[in-house]
Amino acid sequence: MADLNTNFAGIKSPNPFWLASGPPANTAGQVMRAFDCGWGGAVWKTVGEPIINTTSRYGGIDLGSQKVMGFNNIELISDRPIEDNLREIAEVKKRYPRHAVIVSLMVESRREVWHEMVKRTEDTGCDGLELNFGCPHGMSERGMGAAVGQVPEYTTMITGWVKEVARTPVIVKLTPNISDVTKIAVAAEQGGADGISLINTINSLMGVDLDTFSPRPSVRGKSSHGGYCGPAVKPIALHMVSACAKRVKIPISGIGGIATWPDAAEFVALGASSLQVCTAVMHYGFRIVEDLIDGLNDYLDRKTFASLSDLRGIAIGNVADWGDLDLNYKIIADINSDLCIGCHLCYVACEDGAHQCIEEFPGRDGSVQLGMLGRSNRDLARVPRIIADECVGCNLCALVCPVPNCISMKEVETENPVMSWNDRTRQQRNEGNVPSTPSLWGNA
Amino acid sequence: MPLVNIAPKLSPQEYERNFADISPAFTPSQAKIEANRCLYCFDAPCTKACPTSIDVPAFIKKISTGNLKGSARVILSANILGKSCGRVCPTEVLCEGACVMNGSGEKPIEIGRLQRYAVDYVMDHEIRLFHAGTPNGHRVACVGSGPASLACAAELAKWGYEVEIYDRNPIAGGLNTYGIAAYKMRASDSLREVKLVEELGVKFRQGMEVGKNLKLQQLEEKFDFIFLGVGLGETWDLNLPGEELDGVYGALEFIEQTKVEPFEKVDVGKRVAVIGAGNTAIDCVTAARRLNAAPVYMIYRRGADSMPAFKYEYELAKKDGVTFHWNAQPVRVVGQGGVVCGLQCVRTHLVGNGRSARVEPIAGSDFSVEVDMVVKALGQQPMTELVKSIFGLELNAGRVVINPETHQTGNSKYFAGGDCVNGGKEVVDAVAEGMAAARGIHRAVGGR
Repeated sequence: MADLNTNFAGIKSPNPFWLASGPPANTAGQVMRAFDCGWGGAVWKTVGEPIINTTSRYGGIDLGSQKVMGFNNIELISDRPIEDNLREIAEVKKRYPRHAVIVSLMVESRREVWHEMVKRTEDTGCDGLELNFGCPHGMSERGMGAAVGQVPEYTTMITGWVKEVARTPVIVKLTPNISDVTKIAVAAEQGGADGISLINTINSLMGVDLDTFSPRPSVRGKSSHGGYCGPAVKPIALHMVSACAKRVKIPISGIGGIATWPDAAEFVALGASSLQVCTAVMHYGFRIVEDLIDGLNDYLDRKTFASLSDLRGIAIGNVADWGDLDLNYKIIADINSDLCIGCHLCYVACEDGAHQCIEEFPGRDGSVQLGMLGRSNRDLARVPRIIADECVGCNLCALVCPVPNCISMKEVETENPVMSWNDRTRQQRNEGNVPSTPSLWGNA
Repeated sequence: MPLVNIAPKLSPQEYERNFADISPAFTPSQAKIEANRCLYCFDAPCTKACPTSIDVPAFIKKISTGNLKGSARVILSANILGKSCGRVCPTEVLCEGACVMNGSGEKPIEIGRLQRYAVDYVMDHEIRLFHAGTPNGHRVACVGSGPASLACAAELAKWGYEVEIYDRNPIAGGLNTYGIAAYKMRASDSLREVKLVEELGVKFRQGMEVGKNLKLQQLEEKFDFIFLGVGLGETWDLNLPGEELDGVYGALEFIEQTKVEPFEKVDVGKRVAVIGAGNTAIDCVTAARRLNAAPVYMIYRRGADSMPAFKYEYELAKKDGVTFHWNAQPVRVVGQGGVVCGLQCVRTHLVGNGRSARVEPIAGSDFSVEVDMVVKALGQQPMTELVKSIFGLELNAGRVVINPETHQTGNSKYFAGGDCVNGGKEVVDAVAEGMAAARGIHRAVGGR
């Protein structure tokens, strides 16, 4: 069994799976049950001056029969008194010394207020602090949350205030609602942060009730923008985590749509040292951690990785600038006619939505008719054909094909050497006879 | 035809349970889940497998988006009897049999039930999707009020024709009303579809039978064209001694009772033999069992592998506890006091090979079953007399000869479709033919 023990900037936990700051980590009862289920740590739901929440608070978006592909909330930080939260945190830490208890904080942007809050919080015996500079709704309008995390100078300044007094590691949680998240990551690092966590939720409006015209989630017929999360945001989070991993040296706690062990492994491969989960727990409960751990362990064993650190960041080097991608790499689609069920989704996708490189077979002249009934679909032989000379290797057909492994993209040997856009412009410049094409990637 | 020994009566609840819908309606969430399972194939095999070419992926997609009215419009535009087809179509050998899911080892999409879900929605909510067209001055009479005539009439009415349906039965709908197993569809379902056609302005003249109180000459004078959707006639006779005994029924005569009478009033013997092994024979044995007859025999002169009934129909009969006598041929209906008390049969075997193989009795292999009722399910005879009375019409092997493109007969005033043309097929085939004939008529008057 691979070693899942995690040390995140000095915060130790038996595995990398932490409850993210949110409703599942709101009370001692929940956090202790989560630890009993196997969670390695928890980031306590943001503590600060208690707020008043609305009903309703959450919205979901489904895809076909899959519920809650995306999720949003207009809930604010903890609505419980600071003393209650801190007392419970101390109690949990006493009972679960091996587990990581991190406290998310958000207070008024004044130095003395932060100092006071940090000291009170650390008196609980907690393992670390997470500064909530990311909450996109409700708090940002009051000069907190994303209002801090969207301005590099504020981020550096407030992180600095916290570090002046903090004795435990300080993690800065980043908002994705910004054009370049790495600027804030760097600002946090400069402020002395011991780690960063991302992404917080994304600004969103979940939808509109087409009878009442109230946006969702509805609060007496009105709604407000809320934080979007859940499986749908994972690709955004992966991009931002990998971008930050390239820019900062401090560890990264990955957040954003993690629901399964492959999700977790991808975050680790792109540089995450710990993993935070909220929406999936809100959907299915604490029990999901069992397969997160079991599946990740099995994967690491299969790959003969002794510990999570062997996997960490392994894919970062493969995240390249577009200008460095090989323009001479060529793949084309290949349809396995034994597996094809003849739905023609690849055909219509390519014909209408891509590059017209697939032909239907048999044609639409009615050559498959009722005479075929009673025979298996295999006999209907509705296997479309790739027009190899036309195929641009875009993947679309393979993506829409409902049958696993039916359409695969096969590499085609070309005589041409590896040649990226940057190689090309460099070559043109060196030959001197063609004006250099401007490049955004700089290194041309 | 008094039966002496009748099946023990059941309570009304027990009858209702026995004849409950074998494929119950989807709940909204079931429908949504099933609709979402559909891959939305392009140029889909299910549509190609449908005789009426319903755009199946389109109507299923609309169910998944909650556009049930649009879904029903897709279905009913292609097939005005979409309600009954959703219930009675042999989907296993049509759309669902062609579903690509079969190729991936998954259950095919339940297209029939989804179709029924969408159509029931508009009917239950009394949503009118179609209206009579602007009158074009042409008049058409349809003879018979079964699926072929209903489809032909509806199509013509939408294009502005004045259409009247002449039918010998007291209630409209033909076999859709009278001839479909009660656990698949009730007469009221069929009548709801008749109403749909009525709403298009089609006039129904019930109780009008050609050769009795209706002369074709009258129709010829009044109408520009006449569509024959007369179906088939009486069940074939056994031509056996004892056939005239009380307790010998035709298959349709028996089924009809289960459709128009309360179940407790249906004539059914305590012990029943059904002769034949087609889909109608299955309807008879299952009806007899569900009416509490026991034992119920199915008697067929060939083996199980040659039975004309669909496989899932056979499964139904097996589940209902029917006793099968394969390779057995009736030779005499046995009676006592003018009433059936048994059926004498002889074992058969195949003589010869391949196509020329013939079923022949095995001498000395006689056996008898004690029964109180015998149901003849040997298929229906053609309406030879009626057809022969029309100048220019031809029959080929008992089927009205038509131009397959236009469905026009040898007499240019007459068009035909449905069982009288195809020899007896499914509701959906009759609909397809009725619609084809409507297009043929439209073309004949120069419409497009």
